[in-house]
Amino acid sequence: MRSERERETLAGSGSGRAAGGFSRSAGAIIWKDLVAELRSKELVSAMLVFAVIVVVVFNFAVELRLELARQTAIGFLWITILFAGMLGLNRSLAREKDRGCLDGLLLAPMSRGMIFVGKMVGNLVFIVAVEIVVVPLFVFLFAVPFLQPGFLLVILLGTVGFAGVGTLLSAMAVHTRARDVMLPIILLPVTIPLVLAAVRASRMVVDGWAALEFWPWAGIMIAYDVIMITISYLTFDFIVEE
Amino acid sequence: MNEREAQVLTVLNWLSLAMMAVAIYLVFLAAPTEVTMGLSQRIFYFHVGSGWVGAAALFVAVVAGLGVLRTGRRSWDRLAQSSIAVGLVFITMIIVTGSIWAKAAWNTWWTWSPRLTSAAVMWLVYVAYFMLRSAVEDPGKRARFAAVYGMVGFVTVLGTFLSIRLLADIHPTVFGAGAADTGGGLASGMHPPFFFSLATFSVLGVTLMWHSVRLARLADEIEELRIRLVLRGR
Repeated sequence: MRSERERETLAGSGSGRAAGGFSRSAGAIIWKDLVAELRSKELVSAMLVFAVIVVVVFNFAVELRLELARQTAIGFLWITILFAGMLGLNRSLAREKDRGCLDGLLLAPMSRGMIFVGKMVGNLVFIVAVEIVVVPLFVFLFAVPFLQPGFLLVILLGTVGFAGVGTLLSAMAVHTRARDVMLPIILLPVTIPLVLAAVRASRMVVDGWAALEFWPWAGIMIAYDVIMITISYLTFDFIVEE
Repeated sequence: MNEREAQVLTVLNWLSLAMMAVAIYLVFLAAPTEVTMGLSQRIFYFHVGSGWVGAAALFVAVVAGLGVLRTGRRSWDRLAQSSIAVGLVFITMIIVTGSIWAKAAWNTWWTWSPRLTSAAVMWLVYVAYFMLRSAVEDPGKRARFAAVYGMVGFVTVLGTFLSIRLLADIHPTVFGAGAADTGGGLASGMHPPFFFSLATFSVLGVTLMWHSVRLARLADEIEELRIRLVLRGR
C-alpha cells in the first residue's frame, strides 16, 4: 500500500511523468467525481431537470411547430446543452471550493494540469449524461433525424471543447465576486465560435449528408478543441494557485 | 524619467494629429474613386487601419499575459490591461466603420455572415474581459486571470482574421484570394493612402497605449501614496 502511494507521488510530481502517472492521477479525480455524483446525484439531476425546463420554455416562447423544428431544433438543442452544462460547470468547482476540497486537490502530489484533465473529463461525463437524455428527447418531440454518426460526432466535438474551456473558466469564476453571474459572462462569448461551427456542421448532416461542407466546420471544431484544451492545460496552474 | 516621458508623449500626440490630417487628405482627396462601390469605398482605409491596430494591440496583450504568468510583475499587467483597452476601442471602430460601409454596399447595417458574427463575438469577449477584471479583488489573481482570459480570447481574433479566408462570406477579401476566390487586390493609386493610413493608425495606437500604460502607472503610484498617507496618519 505504502510503496504504491510512493510510486504515485514520484510519478505525479516529476516533470517527465510516465503515461501511467498521467492516467492514474487524472483517473483518481475522475473516479472521485463520479462516485460523489453517483451518491448525491446532485449535479446531473439538476442539469437534467433544468434542460427539460429549457426545452419546455423555449417551446412556448417560439411556438415550435414540427415543420419549423427542422431548421431551429439544432440551435435550440445547443442552447439547451450550453445552459444545462453551465449549471453543472458552475457547481462542479464551486462545490470543491465551498467544502474546502480544492485545497486538498491542490495539495495532492500531482501536477495542476492533471487536476484540470480530471475535472474536465468529469464535467464532460456529466454533460454527456445530460445529452444522452436530451438528444433523444429532441428526436421524440420534434422528429429531427439527430441519431446518426455525423451528428453524434459534432455533439461530441462540441461537448469536449465546451467542457475544456468551461472547466478553466469556471475555475476562474469561483474565485470572483458574484461568481454565479461571472461564468456565463466570460464563458458564453468564448464558446460562440464553437457553437456556431457545431450548428453549421449539424445542419449539413440533418439536411442530407454534404461532406464537402461538413468537414470544414468539423475541422474548425477540432482546431478549437485542441487550442482551447492546450491553453487550459498549460494555464490551469495559474488559475488555481493562491 | 517622468518628465522625459511626458515630452515624448507630447511629440507623439502632435505627430498622430499631423499624420491623421495627411491621411484624411490622402483618403478623401488624393485616392482614386473605386469603380463599383464609389465613394463609400474610402472608409476602407480607416476600417483596415483600425483592424490592424486592434488585432496588434490584442496580440500585445497575449505577450504581456505571458509576461504576467512568467514574472508576476505588475508592469506586465498594466501593459496587458492597456493594450486590451486600446484594442477594444479599435475593434469597436471596425464594427462601426464596417456597419456604415455595409449600409452603403449591402443596404443593411448588419448581417450575420461568419465574418461579422466573429467580429461581434470578439467584441463581446473583450467586454467580458473587463467584467472579469472588475470582479477579482486580489491584484495578483486579477492579473493572472486576465492574462489567461486574454490568451483564450485571442482565439476569437484569429478566428475573425481567418474567417473570410476559410469560409464563403459576403465580406470582401482584399488581400489573399479568399474562400470564394473573389480576392481583389488594390489598385496602385490606392497604395499611398492605404499604407499611409496604416502607418497613421499604428502611431495613434502606440500613442494611446503609452498614455494608457502611463495612466495606470500613475494611478498605482497615487494608490501607493494614499496608503502611505493613511498609515502615517495613524
